[in-house]
Amino acid sequence: MDFLNRYRNITVLFLVIFGQLLLLAVQVKSDRNVPIIRVWTVTAITPFARVLEALRGGGTGFFRNYIFLHNADAENRRLHDEVDRLKMDNIFLRDQLNTADRAHALALFQQHTQSKTLAAIVIASGAGVNSKVVFVDRGSGSGVERGMAVVTPDGIVGKVVAVYPTASQVLLVTDPDFAAGVISQKGGVRGTFKGQGSPMGLVDYVSNSEKVELGEWFYTSGDDRIFPRGFPVGVVKSVHSGSPFQQVLVAPSGIEHGIDEVLIVIEGVHREIPPVQTANQPVYIAPPPPDADAVREAAAAEAGATPTEADKLRAIYQAAGEAQGHEYGRGYKPPDLLKLPAPGNATAAPASNGATPSQSPPSPAAAPPAAVHAAPPAAPPATASGAPPAPKTVPNQRLANQAAGAQSGTSGH
Amino acid sequence: MDYSGGRVLLSSQREGQATHYSPRVLIFVPLAAILFQVYVPQFFEFLHFLELPMLVVVYFALMRRSQLGGLFLGALVGIAQDSLTTKPLGMYGIVKTLVGYFAASVSVRFDVEHNLIRGMLCFFFYLFHQCLYWVMERALLGHQPPFEVQSWLVQGGLNAIVGLALFHFLDKLRSSA
Repeated sequence: MDFLNRYRNITVLFLVIFGQLLLLAVQVKSDRNVPIIRVWTVTAITPFARVLEALRGGGTGFFRNYIFLHNADAENRRLHDEVDRLKMDNIFLRDQLNTADRAHALALFQQHTQSKTLAAIVIASGAGVNSKVVFVDRGSGSGVERGMAVVTPDGIVGKVVAVYPTASQVLLVTDPDFAAGVISQKGGVRGTFKGQGSPMGLVDYVSNSEKVELGEWFYTSGDDRIFPRGFPVGVVKSVHSGSPFQQVLVAPSGIEHGIDEVLIVIEGVHREIPPVQTANQPVYIAPPPPDADAVREAAAAEAGATPTEADKLRAIYQAAGEAQGHEYGRGYKPPDLLKLPAPGNATAAPASNGATPSQSPPSPAAAPPAAVHAAPPAAPPATASGAPPAPKTVPNQRLANQAAGAQSGTSGH
Repeated sequence: MDYSGGRVLLSSQREGQATHYSPRVLIFVPLAAILFQVYVPQFFEFLHFLELPMLVVVYFALMRRSQLGGLFLGALVGIAQDSLTTKPLGMYGIVKTLVGYFAASVSVRFDVEHNLIRGMLCFFFYLFHQCLYWVMERALLGHQPPFEVQSWLVQGGLNAIVGLALFHFLDKLRSSA
């Protein structure tokens, strides 16, 4: 009280000044449109709050990190367990994701293939050491029958060898008892794919004279009446000459990435062997220069100026054909060559149609009118009927036979 | 009280006795000064330099010799003056509070009846008033007012002259007791 009495005036002065400063602070706003009293208050309070928070956080952290360590070991063990559990969950979820991807691919394949298929999941494997069999979760209750093909979008997997009410036993392509008719993609070489108990399969009964290339694909031929034609079997990994047949080893593509989900072919539909994709890339050919046609016409005109005897005779025949409305190479009725136009009119024809001599192969110079009549047309009757040309008779004949066989196989299914 | 002496400083506290005024004088004189400050310069532009409210505060603070009375009078006059301007309330209030307080403080050391002292105090407190207002305007309002020292000096002299005349007039309003 003595202090207040002694400094009463100055105290009152400060109070009055402080009160007016507060009054000012309430009215005045800062540049950011905040009342300056708030700016002052925050500015005045923040350092103290920061110091207090630092003291509190430091003290709490000190006690927590250095004093209260009695449950750190238990928490460490708990965190380790949680990390292990999360790792297992992660592995499980990744596996689920892969399964979902494979199921999606399988569904797409099932949707686009013409064969009627039934999706199945591999639930068990065979008990024998050398036996390559698996069990799938589809049985006779789902319409599965013994002998049905089992495939994936990557290729054939095996065939059903035993059917149970709720499951089926599938003999894999790697089993020594497995066999399937196959055909190569490029040369159409036929053979029999056999399992060997190893990851590789053998294509048997391929004669040494037939050409099989490394990296070539084999597809099911449909001859075995089990696998529809056109399903991929595998890619050739090695080719050796043998006695009496070649040793062609093929890596099965259907089980290359493991088998978790498969498709059982309920009703198979044969399909074509996909064509070999050419390795040659298209070559760009630039357009001719703008004056190329003019140069060609000038050359033709120059050639027409001094025609040979064969050109003159050809011009006469062509003029006769045009006069009678006949087009050479079409139809069987020849023009009446007894009504030939005058030579003067005929010789003018090459000049007026300069491109004709260079584009059409000239007929034999000494060919009589009868020879013209007997000349074969551009498309002989044999070609028109769709038969292959003579040099390719052998392989194409095989293809024709295969097509016939495929038709019979399809009807059988 | 004998004012004939030429001393400007008081030899003892007892020499400086407080002067009393009636409440009506203490109310109406400051009000009249504020009204003058508000209205008269509108019609007489050249009288804009006058700071009559400050002179009134200085006079009553000097004559009453009370720091509390001076600061409260200054605060009231200043806030009243603020209320008639566009500036925030408290700008003139703070300045005049300090003027009243310091004027009352120096009154106990100086012979405030002396004309020279009165003139000098009016001049000094006018400069103090203007400088403090300039600082507060920059610091609190963020404005950039010009620092016109020469104008302030001239206006301070003029206010001192007017203040002497005003003080003589106000001396006649003292209470007889």
